[in-house]
Amino acid sequence: MDVPIEALLFFLLLVTALTVARLRDLYAASMMTAIFSLLSAGLFVLMDAVDVAFTEAAVGAGVATVLSLGALSLTGSREAKKRAQVFPFVVVALTGAALIYGTLDMPHYGDASAVIHSHLAPDFIEGSAELEIPNVVTTVLASYRGYDTFGESFVVFTAVLGVILMLYRSKKDAS
Amino acid sequence: MNVPKHMRMREKLILRVAAKSLLPFFFLFALYVQFHGDFGPGGGFQAGVIFAAGIVLYGLIYGIEAAQAVIPRIWVEIGVAVGVLIWGGTGIWTMQSGGRYLEYGKLDPEHFVHGQHLGIMFVELGVLCTVASGMTLIFYLFAGRGR
Repeated sequence: MDVPIEALLFFLLLVTALTVARLRDLYAASMMTAIFSLLSAGLFVLMDAVDVAFTEAAVGAGVATVLSLGALSLTGSREAKKRAQVFPFVVVALTGAALIYGTLDMPHYGDASAVIHSHLAPDFIEGSAELEIPNVVTTVLASYRGYDTFGESFVVFTAVLGVILMLYRSKKDAS
Repeated sequence: MNVPKHMRMREKLILRVAAKSLLPFFFLFALYVQFHGDFGPGGGFQAGVIFAAGIVLYGLIYGIEAAQAVIPRIWVEIGVAVGVLIWGGTGIWTMQSGGRYLEYGKLDPEHFVHGQHLGIMFVELGVLCTVASGMTLIFYLFAGRGR
């Protein structure tokens, strides 16, 4: 039964993406991108990546949508009319074709003999069992790749600093 | 905001009631994801974004001023930096305990596994703090900016 559900979700993703591309009303478009995120979260759950699904649902469908609505309330909510342009379309089509061509070399979805499952993953699973932490993702993120994830926290910190530098207003300026 | 009064979200009864009854579960779920991260899916980052999504929902329905009355902006401003400091500080702590930077095993001299658990708990707490505060702060800055 898995395959029909995934096919349905991918079909809905495609429909949503086409709708976003066609919509001129940016409020409606940002609601559609929220639906896009929610559908992707559903796909992640089906692929057993519940962590990623959490993040996609909370950030993609929740916070990012609210932020883009907030930005739209400051600017206009309708996209300016433009003539259809050929060059951007060609660039997008070529990039998409290159990406699809790249996936041809990747191992098939769920392939147990793929390189990632035979190289490091057994070590991680064994190490995680040694540490008595059932969730291997946590062990890898926090312990095996502690420096890496520390760097990621710093990236969040730096991003927030950037937003503060651009948007910060003290109470004095506001009044 | 020059929205007519009856159009404002905070005047909508159904939204207010629905949001208010959902919010406790947002925060409870965030804490569950945080402290259950060792055993089930999730961890600091996921808990942080769920927590921030709760605050964003509150701010969306009840207005940004109401949200800032609950979680003042200065708290989240400090929180972003404190989270990074918690993580970096855990590394210093492991060095104080005779290990290398972020070598959690040394935190409990008798028991390597307990030390690892302790270290992971602290760094996850740091991530929660940075991510929840960061997302909330970005929302405050975006939404608080008038025309």
